[in-house]
Amino acid sequence: MTTGLREKLEEALFPPVVALLIALVCGDLLILSYGQSPAMVYRLLLEGTWGNAYGFGQVLYKATTLTFTGLAVSMGIRAGLFNVGAESQLAAGGFLAAMAGLAVSPGMPGILAIPICMVAAAVGGGIVGAIPGFLKVKFGAHEVIVTIMLNFVVLALLNWAIATHLNVPETLHTTEISSGRLPRVESFIGAFHGSAANLTLIVALLVAVAVWFYLFRSRQGYELRAVGLQPDAAEYGGIRVGKIWFRAMVLSGAIAGLGGINYVLGYKYYYEEGFAGGSGFLGIAVALVGRNHPLGVVLAALFFATLSQGGLAIHAFVPKQMVEVLQGVVILAVAMSVPEVRRALRQARRPAAA
Amino acid sequence: MSTSVAAAPEPGAHAIRMQGIDKAFGAVRANRAASLDVLAGEIHALVGENGAGKSTLMKILGGLQKPDAGSLEVNGNDVTGWSTSDAIAAGIGVVHQHFMLVSTLTVAENIVLGQEPVSGGRFDRSRAISDVEKLSEETGLVVAADRKIADLSVGEAQRVEILKTLFRGARILVLDEPTAVLSPPEVRELWTVLRKLRDAGGTIVLITHRLDEVIDISDTITVMRAGETVARLRTADTTPAQIARAMVGRDVALSSRAGASALGAELPEAGSAQPSPPSSDLPSALNVTDLVVVGARGTCEVDGVTFSIRPGEILGIAGVEGNGQTELVEALAGLRPIASGSIRIGGVEVTYRDVARRRDAGLSHIPEDRHRRGLILDYSIADNLVLGLQSSFASRGMLDGTRITDNAGTRIEEFDIRPPSSELPARSLSGGNQQKVVIAREMGREFSVLLASQPTRGVDVGAIEFIHSRLREARGAGKAVLLVSAELNEVLALSDRVAVMYRGKFATVLPVAEATEDVLGEYMIGARKDSAA
Amino acid sequence: MNPVDFITQTLRIAVPYLFATAGGVLAERAGIISLTLEGFMLSGAFSATLGTYYSGSPWIGLLCGVLGGLVFGLIHSVATIRYRADQVVVGIAINLLAIGATRFFLQLAFESSSNSPRIEGFAASASARGFDNPLLWVGLLSAPILAFFLYKTPFGLRVRAVGEHPGAAESVGVNVTRIRYIAVAVSGMVAALGGVFLALDQHQFTDQMTAGRGFIAVAAVIFGRWDPARAALACLLFAAAETLQIQLQGTQLIASQFISMIPYLLTIIALAGVVGRAVPPAALGKTGD
Repeated sequence: MTTGLREKLEEALFPPVVALLIALVCGDLLILSYGQSPAMVYRLLLEGTWGNAYGFGQVLYKATTLTFTGLAVSMGIRAGLFNVGAESQLAAGGFLAAMAGLAVSPGMPGILAIPICMVAAAVGGGIVGAIPGFLKVKFGAHEVIVTIMLNFVVLALLNWAIATHLNVPETLHTTEISSGRLPRVESFIGAFHGSAANLTLIVALLVAVAVWFYLFRSRQGYELRAVGLQPDAAEYGGIRVGKIWFRAMVLSGAIAGLGGINYVLGYKYYYEEGFAGGSGFLGIAVALVGRNHPLGVVLAALFFATLSQGGLAIHAFVPKQMVEVLQGVVILAVAMSVPEVRRALRQARRPAAA
Repeated sequence: MSTSVAAAPEPGAHAIRMQGIDKAFGAVRANRAASLDVLAGEIHALVGENGAGKSTLMKILGGLQKPDAGSLEVNGNDVTGWSTSDAIAAGIGVVHQHFMLVSTLTVAENIVLGQEPVSGGRFDRSRAISDVEKLSEETGLVVAADRKIADLSVGEAQRVEILKTLFRGARILVLDEPTAVLSPPEVRELWTVLRKLRDAGGTIVLITHRLDEVIDISDTITVMRAGETVARLRTADTTPAQIARAMVGRDVALSSRAGASALGAELPEAGSAQPSPPSSDLPSALNVTDLVVVGARGTCEVDGVTFSIRPGEILGIAGVEGNGQTELVEALAGLRPIASGSIRIGGVEVTYRDVARRRDAGLSHIPEDRHRRGLILDYSIADNLVLGLQSSFASRGMLDGTRITDNAGTRIEEFDIRPPSSELPARSLSGGNQQKVVIAREMGREFSVLLASQPTRGVDVGAIEFIHSRLREARGAGKAVLLVSAELNEVLALSDRVAVMYRGKFATVLPVAEATEDVLGEYMIGARKDSAA
Repeated sequence: MNPVDFITQTLRIAVPYLFATAGGVLAERAGIISLTLEGFMLSGAFSATLGTYYSGSPWIGLLCGVLGGLVFGLIHSVATIRYRADQVVVGIAINLLAIGATRFFLQLAFESSSNSPRIEGFAASASARGFDNPLLWVGLLSAPILAFFLYKTPFGLRVRAVGEHPGAAESVGVNVTRIRYIAVAVSGMVAALGGVFLALDQHQFTDQMTAGRGFIAVAAVIFGRWDPARAALACLLFAAAETLQIQLQGTQLIASQFISMIPYLLTIIALAGVVGRAVPPAALGKTGD
């Protein structure tokens, strides 16, 4: 292994490992405060998630959405931008996917309808992502605040659309779509019966691969990462920094939006108010723990999904809210260890001769 | 106003005595047995080029750094390794080059910050203002105490910085490049203030690289070069040429360096064979007409510069840094907006074109700051070697990894980049090798005009030779090179013509045969100026 | 609805915003990004509920609420100042942590996942419309008090210096780290008071009861350009819009969702510099390497 690769791996892997250890300790404390045995609870958590097909199916389902939002956030971070708007981009994407599904004729074959809905989802998220991108390039408006504020605006807009016009009465969701549905995994592997896992997970993996190729093998990806690392050097090399920022926000939003199909095309077959359920924000954690790398994102998504589903499995013994506490702890621990680890490693590696 | 802890020394006594100071940062030796001897009640200039070690020495004096070896005496007391608060208490006041002022607060607030007058728990603003006004009158540093820093001119802001130190009882004032941002009338005002302070018994150390100022204002001069103190001169008894020679240090430095003979062989001797200047009927590769570049504070960094470079010619710009060379190169590269004027590369107008278009038109640029501009430190050597060229290494949007690796292999070999491992991050290379990566990239591509800004800064002797021969090769191959360097001997060794830049203008442009140190020195300090330049 | 009712209701709605905004202005003027206000408020609300329930006195509850805010404020400051973690990420983490922790302990203490039992508040009589609640008055005074500290005391001067140019402050011997710690700790405590008011006013703690008020406070800080008085006015504006929204519910005039968007849209517009530039303290967010 070349030195360069080893250095990169060290800097990348130490923080999540540190965070995991801290989370384990916190988990122990919380479990003990409930008078339970940590070993027993952890075992139960694993059994309820990876130990049976239904649980694993649920983990896969949740991890799928988190993969999309995690990839979205990491795309932004690679360009030096912080996209806190994945939640509303995800919702907008799901909404447009549902609308597209309802707009196409009910008899349209899936092979046509599904891509149409997917494109609609990506467009929905992309538009929401474009707004902060534009404001940043044109006015220098900081994307963190804009995306946070826009989350509320978009979600309120969607709420209005649903509550006033498009809902099935007595509910907060749209009519079910008939064309454009993605089959559940249970229709292929019977053991997954009852779980929401569906073929979107294949899409998620494909998108992860595509993001990897884009970031690390394409010219645009080279330029995007350059802007994220050293905008001055990128400018020197003739790269148009503003253009890259805008493009990154649109892509980021589109990927998050695409994640909406997991619920809309693969699970409930309609758009429902609040379906995003915090996955947009958790995507930030996924990106952080996954160190903004597609492979890391997928693994981190599985981790957080396991935690989330596991919470339900242990609910009889420890409130599932413990999982939410652990989520916050993990994010905090990773955020705190990244600069610390970087500094410690740089110190240790200082070259002998300048 | 707080009182000074140090008693005012009698004139003739040593206010500051630094001896044998060593200070290294990692492998960089910023000070090597440096010394400084400042008498009380004098204005003492500390001169030297960028990286000579002046700032480090002053940081040690001010308590911001501790020396690895050597001693520091202030007013006769051994204070080696003291802290900033010790230094402030002993009456040392430092005015930094980049002002340490809070722009949203007022003059008085900035001056009393940390020692605010208080009445009944509240900040006594009126007393702060009156204290500041009193000090202002006493010292002749006129500033309105209740104006916001953001509304002040640069000269006024500097006065506030000086007042800040005097407010804390400073008797020894250190000013770091104070005139870098001042206009000539403001400089004269500053001189008046400094003289007044000296006459009132204060001691002043002035860090500057402007030789004309050194002559104007100082009583004594200490010259530093490459971390060492190389000369201590009485201003009245010396000449600009002597100072310049001490700063450049050809004689002193050469005899002590390993690669001395190699360097010595490169220096043009009278009558030695030089490539004949290119025929003057070839069209220019680079045409610059009446270029004006305005800086952040509204000053003209480049003030109407006109020149051209023919294919197969090296034009060197000599001159102490800070006279507009950086801004000129950045404007030519497309990294800085132009106020007026025009730039043509090979006859093509590129004045308002962006960086990428200029590169396409044949422009290559070795930037002054390789860490900020020239390299992406976390990218591998191979990736850095295609920065700015990535489109030509891509087909249908995807980068061609094989071609990039092959390119890296070729360049690494050609330019002897070490370690020769193209996947290493640029961050892990030594300064010299990093520079080689930049040069390999900029000179390895197709270009017609090369902007080379401080091409051998921070580079070891062997690599310097290598880079110089590459530059000569480029000239031989018909390229036009604009060379900007703080190393006068480098400019003289490589250029066909030498321009001197002084305060944003070309003071002169001479064929290299006529450009001796003495002649150039006079232009460099502004003592001479050709109207035709 | 008569104007007097409109005003009283607006003021009542404004109090949590005023507290949180005051905390946010203080911390951000010291250079620390405060997306944590939501978490501070929530922890204040829950701690106050716990304290009031077990002691029977809302004053003890208030103290506990302040302590709850202090704890989270310290987490924020240690993570961002000592460990130089990214301030935005820490903000998000703290908000998540607050939601999770309050839910966890809600379950642990009260065996409910939605709300606590009823607790005593400050307001006694209905006819006083909440004006007999001392916290309401403190809340309304929070902006002038903060303005006094920020603009009229040496501490406030140093805070402003640290948020604009920490190097300058350092060079004159001001302990930048200490100022930052104090500012963030105090901001935690003050913002928590917003949550305390909510819990005592509603006489219970409900899951996620802050419902995004912390982010409206962030909007007020920005829209008010980091000035206590302007930010407080922004709070009143947003509260008035909310009162309007409540009044319009049921009528078909304008959908309430659009009114709820007002604070956020205004902030985005402010950031785009359409109505003058919103310039933050120069050193905001810069503790990292």
